[in-house]
Amino acid sequence: MSSPPTAPPAPPEAPPQPPRRPGGGRAVLALLRNAWRGLTSMRTALVLLFLLALASLPGALLPQRSLNQQLVDQYFTDHPRLAPLLDGVGAFEIFATPWFAAIYLLLMISLVGCLTPRSLEYLRAMRQKPVATPRNLARMPHHAEGVVDGAPDEVLERVRGLVKGWRRAEREEAGGRSVSAERGFLRETGNLVFHVSLVGLLVGIAVGKLFGYEGQVIVLANGSQFCNTSILGYDSFRPGLRVDGTELDPFCIRVDSFAAEYLPNGQPEQYTAELGYQTAEDVRAGDTATWRADTLSVNHPLRLDGERVYLLNHGYAPRFTVTWPDGQQRTGEIQWQPVDTTTYLSQGATKFERPGIADDATRQRSSIAITGLFAPTSSGGQVVTSTFPDLLAPEAAIDVMRGDLGLDDGRGQSIFSVDQSKVDSGELVRVARENMVPGQEITLDDGTKVRFDDVTQWVALQVSHDPGQLTVLVFAILVLLGLGLSLSVKRRRFWVRVVPAGEDPDGRARSRVELGGLARTDRAGYGEEFDRLRAELLGPAAGTTAGTTGAPAPATSRQDGGD
Amino acid sequence: MPVDPMLSEYSDLLFKGALTVYVLAMVFHAVEYVSSRTRGAVPEKVAHEPAAVGARGTGSADLGVVGEENADVPPPPVSARKAGRSRADRFGRMGVSLTILAVLLHLGSIVLRGLATERWPLGNMYEFTSAICLAAMVAWLVVLQRTAKRTRGLRKLGVFVLAPVLILMFLAGTVLYAQAAPVVPALRSYWLVVHVTTVTLASGLFVVPGVASILYLMKRSGKPAGFTAKLPEADVLDRLAYRVTVVAFPMYTFAVIAGAIWAEAAWGRFWGWDPKETVAFVAWVIYAAYLHARATAGWRHVGAAWINILGLAAIIFNLFFINMVVAGLHSYAGLG
Repeated sequence: MSSPPTAPPAPPEAPPQPPRRPGGGRAVLALLRNAWRGLTSMRTALVLLFLLALASLPGALLPQRSLNQQLVDQYFTDHPRLAPLLDGVGAFEIFATPWFAAIYLLLMISLVGCLTPRSLEYLRAMRQKPVATPRNLARMPHHAEGVVDGAPDEVLERVRGLVKGWRRAEREEAGGRSVSAERGFLRETGNLVFHVSLVGLLVGIAVGKLFGYEGQVIVLANGSQFCNTSILGYDSFRPGLRVDGTELDPFCIRVDSFAAEYLPNGQPEQYTAELGYQTAEDVRAGDTATWRADTLSVNHPLRLDGERVYLLNHGYAPRFTVTWPDGQQRTGEIQWQPVDTTTYLSQGATKFERPGIADDATRQRSSIAITGLFAPTSSGGQVVTSTFPDLLAPEAAIDVMRGDLGLDDGRGQSIFSVDQSKVDSGELVRVARENMVPGQEITLDDGTKVRFDDVTQWVALQVSHDPGQLTVLVFAILVLLGLGLSLSVKRRRFWVRVVPAGEDPDGRARSRVELGGLARTDRAGYGEEFDRLRAELLGPAAGTTAGTTGAPAPATSRQDGGD
Repeated sequence: MPVDPMLSEYSDLLFKGALTVYVLAMVFHAVEYVSSRTRGAVPEKVAHEPAAVGARGTGSADLGVVGEENADVPPPPVSARKAGRSRADRFGRMGVSLTILAVLLHLGSIVLRGLATERWPLGNMYEFTSAICLAAMVAWLVVLQRTAKRTRGLRKLGVFVLAPVLILMFLAGTVLYAQAAPVVPALRSYWLVVHVTTVTLASGLFVVPGVASILYLMKRSGKPAGFTAKLPEADVLDRLAYRVTVVAFPMYTFAVIAGAIWAEAAWGRFWGWDPKETVAFVAWVIYAAYLHARATAGWRHVGAAWINILGLAAIIFNLFFINMVVAGLHSYAGLG
């Protein structure tokens, strides 16, 4: 994939046909060589770029597993026949499919294959002298000539001053001398930097995908702690391909409080969580007593050495205390799930096993679950709903269930609900339904008391680890710099031929000066610079002939339109 | 954070004022276009690469060279230019003046929105669609100003730049309109200023080459003849498209990188193939393909123009469809 701006000397898409000769080995070699040439040609790069764009599109139009599993499930329900077919080609995880990888890897190979010869060519050109002055400068797109005062040597001295900073060479020619100058090599430098950095960017991303991980965990904002010691501590964990969950950096987080500010219409203004943390070094050094303070908020993650901790979400955890008739007491506090993200109406299930019962079967049958809805700002009335996300008038509409929760079944169950099959089978029975505000207590039929103590907030934290991130950033900046250079610098050539032109009537030497200019880039607009050089050398009134057609034109080179 | 209803009201008024003046400007440019002198009535010569210019010069896509092919269209006779301004010229000048006035009103509208809400005024679809239109119009005025001396005949294209901008502004003022209000916590970051401003500017800039490429294709096809005859030379349009694209593309690249840096701070990863990110990537790849096409034999002219149009389509698709239809992290359109 060569870059757009400068056309390489030999168009790669039209390689010279290798001589056809019989012989298996040679044929294979020729085939390989042609395949390589084909792959590294600009046309192939163009096709691959199109494929890449086309292949990415479904990633935006179809639900993706990496973003939202529920939407994918929904799609399967909505399109029962189409979805499995799409799934077969990986349409729900486009960016992890082998064929997507194939496209960008081919593109990278094409890029490297195109860059290598280009870089060599570039180095060669850097060492060579600027190309000799063409015999017929009138054929250049920019051309001017005239007779000026001064001997050729004086004129040449002026030329040298004008093209200071250009790469230039002077040559003796029959009857005079010429200067060839060129400028704008940075364009090619930028071009190379851009493409090489793209490869570097991809390498950085790959490192992140291999060795990075992402874990989410909910922590109560009442001084509860979370330690990054194993993936078991997380509610969900997405490891990189080479991450097995061991050897995590063992830092610890303690969430002291959470606060949300809202506008009167319920729109959140800011979320902040006050926390203490211990870095992995602290923990390894055995210093578990001191906590460093930090405030976590949206857009302001906690940046540790290798990990970053983000505040993703928040919610409420109502606290209930159950007092059994025998005086045994248990307090439960677990996160309830927000079901409405604007009012934070939440639902959940706080589960209790009856303590102090030796018999397994009896203990199992006398578990209690408190399920229902929690409104941070209750609407009041019989049917509780939430009208505001902040904790202004909390109320819980609960069902108290008693019986077998199925906690000992060995099967996992949702922390947000009770096992419906137990309700259906009659093993779990509703024994009360009540709307409660904090501090309120109800007594069940058997004398068990259930009290709604208070509400605690919880925060959802994400821990991210991406060792390739800095590499990606550095190369992204280089990509930008390279792009800027390669699109803004103009590569151009300028030639001057000076021959003696006799003497003026006063006997002073005169010279005939011929100028030629050629922009070697896609970007037009060399004309102004050429016009300036021409005016400096030949004077403002000097006539120009406009290149190939030789048609007379106004004083400027019209072809350069809008520079 | 309170919203100043007075300032917000004035902002809306200025927006309507700008819209009205843009409509007027478009009418003036339309008159200019219709009454402008037909150029190149002779079937246009197909621009082809010049014969080898020097040993190394071949293949270098110097547009100056291509433009040379049309140098035989005679410049307007001096007498005609001196004999008072033609109707086209008068209307064109007034069109430009009106556009400048509208741009000032438009800018005022956006500034007042920012003052009313005490935040950077790029927080919802209405606001950044409006800003994209402003960017497109400013880009257009800059193009006019920079080409005024050398390339005549660009000015009457005003009508074609104004038309899509007016459609966008109309949509912004009706379907997308959102009351002035503060933004959600995720948007409270100075990266909003960096990322959204640059992406808005780049999107606005991309409108100009998109329009130029469409006109270029029409000019090349020569149909409908009466319409295309009045267009500037094909290579002028092509060059306009290229030169604005090479400004917009690095800006767009910067905007995407800035977005990635912000995403790292806000969402925990710099790139996550969120629908908006995906289509931004697609658009970037299309514009990269455009630049490559311009150096690929057989794709240099018509192919490249089509790709540029496709790029603008991707940008617009990303602005509307992704924000309004697809659910993603970028769904802060302030709609429904």
